[in-house]
Amino acid sequence: MTVALEMKQITKEFPGVKALDRVTFQVEKGEIHALCGENGAGKSTLMKVLSGVYPYGSYEGSIEIEGMEQTFRSIKDAEKAGVAIIYQELALVKEMSVTENLFLGKEHAKFGVIDALRQHQETAYWLEQVGLSNIHPETVTGTLGIGQQQLVEIAKALSKDAKILILDEPTAALTEKEVEILLDILRKFRERGVSCIYISHKLNEVFSISDSVTILRDGKTIATKSIDEVSEDQVISLMVGRELKDRFPREESTPGDVVLELANYSVTDRKNPNKKIIRDVSFQLRKGEIVGIAGLMGSGRTELAMSLFGALEGRVTGSIKIEGKPVTIKQPEHAIAHGIALVTEDRKRTGLVLERSIQDNITLPSLKQVSSWSGIDSSKEVSQAMSYFQKLGVKATSLETVVGTLSGGNQQKVVLGKWLMTKPKVLILDEPTRGVDVGAKYEIYQIMNELVREGVSILMISSELPEVLGMSHRIVVMAEGTITAEWKAEDATQERIMTAATGGNQT
Amino acid sequence: MTTKTGSTKFNKDLFRLDVRAYSMIIAIIAIWAFFAIMDDSFLTARNFSNLFVQMSVTSILAIGMVLVLVAGQVDLSVGSLVGLTGGIAGILHVWYGWDTVPVVIVTILLGALIGLIQGWWVAYRAVPAFIVTLGGMMIFRGALQGVTKSETIAPLKESFKALGQGFILPFMGYIVAGVAIVLAGIFLLRQRQSRMKFGFSVSPAWVTGVIWLGISALILIVVSVMNAYQGIPIPFMVVIFLAILFTFIAKKTVFGRQVYAIGGNSEAAVLSGINVKRKIMLIFVLCNTLAAVAGLILTARVNAATVGAGTMYELDAIAACVIGGTSLMGGVGTIPGAMIGALVMASLDNGMSILNIDSFWQLIVKGSILVFAVWFDIYSRSKAKHS
Repeated sequence: MTVALEMKQITKEFPGVKALDRVTFQVEKGEIHALCGENGAGKSTLMKVLSGVYPYGSYEGSIEIEGMEQTFRSIKDAEKAGVAIIYQELALVKEMSVTENLFLGKEHAKFGVIDALRQHQETAYWLEQVGLSNIHPETVTGTLGIGQQQLVEIAKALSKDAKILILDEPTAALTEKEVEILLDILRKFRERGVSCIYISHKLNEVFSISDSVTILRDGKTIATKSIDEVSEDQVISLMVGRELKDRFPREESTPGDVVLELANYSVTDRKNPNKKIIRDVSFQLRKGEIVGIAGLMGSGRTELAMSLFGALEGRVTGSIKIEGKPVTIKQPEHAIAHGIALVTEDRKRTGLVLERSIQDNITLPSLKQVSSWSGIDSSKEVSQAMSYFQKLGVKATSLETVVGTLSGGNQQKVVLGKWLMTKPKVLILDEPTRGVDVGAKYEIYQIMNELVREGVSILMISSELPEVLGMSHRIVVMAEGTITAEWKAEDATQERIMTAATGGNQT
Repeated sequence: MTTKTGSTKFNKDLFRLDVRAYSMIIAIIAIWAFFAIMDDSFLTARNFSNLFVQMSVTSILAIGMVLVLVAGQVDLSVGSLVGLTGGIAGILHVWYGWDTVPVVIVTILLGALIGLIQGWWVAYRAVPAFIVTLGGMMIFRGALQGVTKSETIAPLKESFKALGQGFILPFMGYIVAGVAIVLAGIFLLRQRQSRMKFGFSVSPAWVTGVIWLGISALILIVVSVMNAYQGIPIPFMVVIFLAILFTFIAKKTVFGRQVYAIGGNSEAAVLSGINVKRKIMLIFVLCNTLAAVAGLILTARVNAATVGAGTMYELDAIAACVIGGTSLMGGVGTIPGAMIGALVMASLDNGMSILNIDSFWQLIVKGSILVFAVWFDIYSRSKAKHS
């Protein structure tokens, strides 16, 4: 084995913070090396140093690629040396074709005129390499699925002759099947000698694909291990620096009366009234229980949540009852008035106003609570917002902190605070721990427990099966817009859920 | 313990003034100092009275424009709307002999109605505001030419002219100042009591007292400077009243807070139970109602309604907002900021006119200041981010 990359004694300081403190990181040629750590541990900073975002001179220490000392002044320099980074958020121009995206900034051109044929052919070649031979190179990128776009992004990186590929949470938006395809492709490239740095919160993926793992904590290298030497629990305790006894602190509870009841609930597609997005869903949610909704992407889970919240257009048939009374919900306003709250799956896009303060975000749906005829009472507003801020343990200097500057876990706590202030009876959580690090996940689970104790009913949509199995009292599986299975938590297994989710025979 | 951490943070924020606000105030003082050195007549009561009258129309438009821009929209029609509403007011007043009061009421209602129509197209028909109001800009100018037959409508009666040229008698001015000072005191006291009610620490009584004295002094200085000439100009009173009213709406009402949320992230706003469409329509109603007020004041000030009245005023208003820190991307902006922006622009116009600088230079200087102010903002923000 030869060393592909060696980063030695990397120290990077921002005013007042040491983001990286003498970090050492070594990747062999042709290995997949996972980089693990909580948010804020320094993973992204380290990768920004490696990919030239922070130029040579702005950090201390040295970078060697295949034994050659590197002094990147820009991202371009790093790309020339064979380092390519694929960000969590896709960096493709959705309106342009796959070919145009692949060659963006490095078009094959003579006197400024693009050699379209050559680009087309090379794109076809790279698409085949990433298993997308069925995609035409001139397809408009935005029409592809997220998983396919991710693969296009990888094709783009590889076409730059990457020797070291950095993937930052590449599977955050992918379905299980797409994840498998992606992992297979990475394995294929490993055999060709491409090294891969794999950053992910999903430890099962890390364990299924990596050869070794490096753990960062508080800007320091804690350990580098071969993947065979460690267990998931060991990696977690290295990441958080303490033993986590139980990843899913579910508390048993005795469910009370029915709070939410759906009977033959169906919703048609806004664009195609003959197609049903939600089909004949009948279902009960009781006071003080957590019901997990499992299923694949596109199974209608998010749509069901949006529809219950009055945020999905389309014709509704069937009935919704809240505490036994039939209700109609046409707008989020109605849902909130009936005691339903929805934490959406994409907090940055649909959950938060990122440039506003924590306080403004928490009180946004509940402003009427803190106003009188003479307008918003700012003292009342602060005291209310403060109580949720503290109850949820948001880590920030003050209520005035701009939400966009917080970590994923803390942002998620702000979203939770925002909805708790509306005093919901039914709290719908859509992927509540997506992009949240291990420590904060645990805190979110504890918040859920506390809410259940207070009598709130929780509907939790999650694509992480261990989470569904670990936190729910009851589990419902959705496929193709309808419920295909339902168990008490103790009767469910990963296999049974997957069978029901893929439309297989349930037993 | 709970309240303690909360209160210290809250307290600090109370005294934290925006760096931007400081730099704007410094810029104004610098501009005034420059003109004062260049020409004696700049720093006189008479000239300040003029300056405040000159800035009034842009200021009123800017107040409405802040809301529109903060919501992530734009309104290019307000200049033409100033012309159209002013023209119709002139027609009703001069050609049909209506009294001032009904003219004012009808004109303002007309502004609101036009805002309702434009807002409806933007909110419920999903035509981008840029297009709807660009269309409005042409339609209103055309309508103005049609209804006035491109004639200048003049002269107005004294009662109408007073809207743009009148003054509040000096002793009345002092009464207004007294009322304002009392109201400021009540406001500060109420705020203090509310903080105590919720268990927040409050600054010592003498600090509140000093703040109140400062505000009172400022009010008295402005009023006595104005009284040294002919009294507080009525258009200036209108600006102050509207600025306070709309600052209250923006900061202290549910509607105002929702406007900022809509501009910051409209999807999140929808999912927070805000009826975004209705709010956007309402924003246009407010903005265009203010344009009608500006149209009345402009007509009264020049004592005539003309076909060209208000041309390009929408851009002056947008410039004032932007200089004052409003983001064209939505979600950010304040009315006091926009007022300072309008004051900067009016000061430049006024000062350069006094120095007899050609009007083409005035345009060049104002344009440059606009670009420079926005660059400075972006630059200082990116610096703040890195530190």
